[in-house]
Amino acid sequence: MNILCNGEEREIAPGTSIGVLLKDLGLDPDSVVAECDSRILKREEYDTFVLDEGAALELIRFVGGG
Amino acid sequence: MLLVNEREVAFTLGVCPQDLAARLKPGADIFIVNGYPVDAAAELQDGDACWLICRGETPPAEEMDRLLYARHTPGVHEKVKKAVVGVMGLGGLGSSVAVALARIGTGKLLLADFDVVEPSNLNRQQYFIDQVGMKKTEALKRNLARINPYVEVETVDEELTEERIPDIFQNVDVLAECFDSAAMKAAALRAALIGLKGKGYVGVSGVAGYADNNRIQTRELFPGIFIVGDGETAAMPGRGLMAPRVGIAAHHQANQVLRILLGKAEVRS
Repeated sequence: MNILCNGEEREIAPGTSIGVLLKDLGLDPDSVVAECDSRILKREEYDTFVLDEGAALELIRFVGGG
Repeated sequence: MLLVNEREVAFTLGVCPQDLAARLKPGADIFIVNGYPVDAAAELQDGDACWLICRGETPPAEEMDRLLYARHTPGVHEKVKKAVVGVMGLGGLGSSVAVALARIGTGKLLLADFDVVEPSNLNRQQYFIDQVGMKKTEALKRNLARINPYVEVETVDEELTEERIPDIFQNVDVLAECFDSAAMKAAALRAALIGLKGKGYVGVSGVAGYADNNRIQTRELFPGIFIVGDGETAAMPGRGLMAPRVGIAAHHQANQVLRILLGKAEVRS
């Protein structure tokens, strides 16, 4: 099935959580803000929030330094 | 009529600042007319606003206010002096953001950090070597007071968390995220998006090393929510943080805070 991730179509397995997707993308979940269908997700939801077909996901990734 | 240090004084043709100083402020050696420094013998015009200042003397609050008012674009100072800005983290970004905002006379700064000044901070942070070991909140408060003692500074000496951020910063107009850690940057943005709706926000990601200046940009993520940086240049062993590039980002941040305060950027509700 497909979702829209940062504006691009992406194929994922049914049942994929945000946490699993971030792992597949090689991103540290602690450094990412995730918005799914215009809702900002809490950090503790990442492992339980399952992406639906057609979900519009925005991932905002941070790098350290300041 | 002239306005001399806020008092009305009769205008006479050919009068110059040193004549006024002799009568009204003996010892004055800095002369500001309509916001700009002039010579002691500069010819004044009817209606000019003059400040006579003794070098080394701290100008009183209303004098600082008038000087900033005259120096800034009309309409700017009234908004800036009413503003409350929160700064999360007082490192290379936060200390420079706070200095820039204090210099323009921001009404109140709410500054948060839990750390002390370390020698390694001095390559980019707005502290002095005799402040090593001092709490950053206290050291920065002192430094800002030496720039403009009339900016109100409140400090929060604790390690911020995603849960605490909405409580601590609920009364600010704009929030600047100046953390070092990527996890706290993400946590702070979540906290703002979920718990501080309607506030302006300016965060940072990607400021390390000495990569190209112009890759540092200010992008709007959501209405009123901005991220500064190149988005990818992380601090890591072999690529440190240095005053020039962190300073570029900090001043992008401070200017974006100012733009939000002046209504140049829409804020999401």
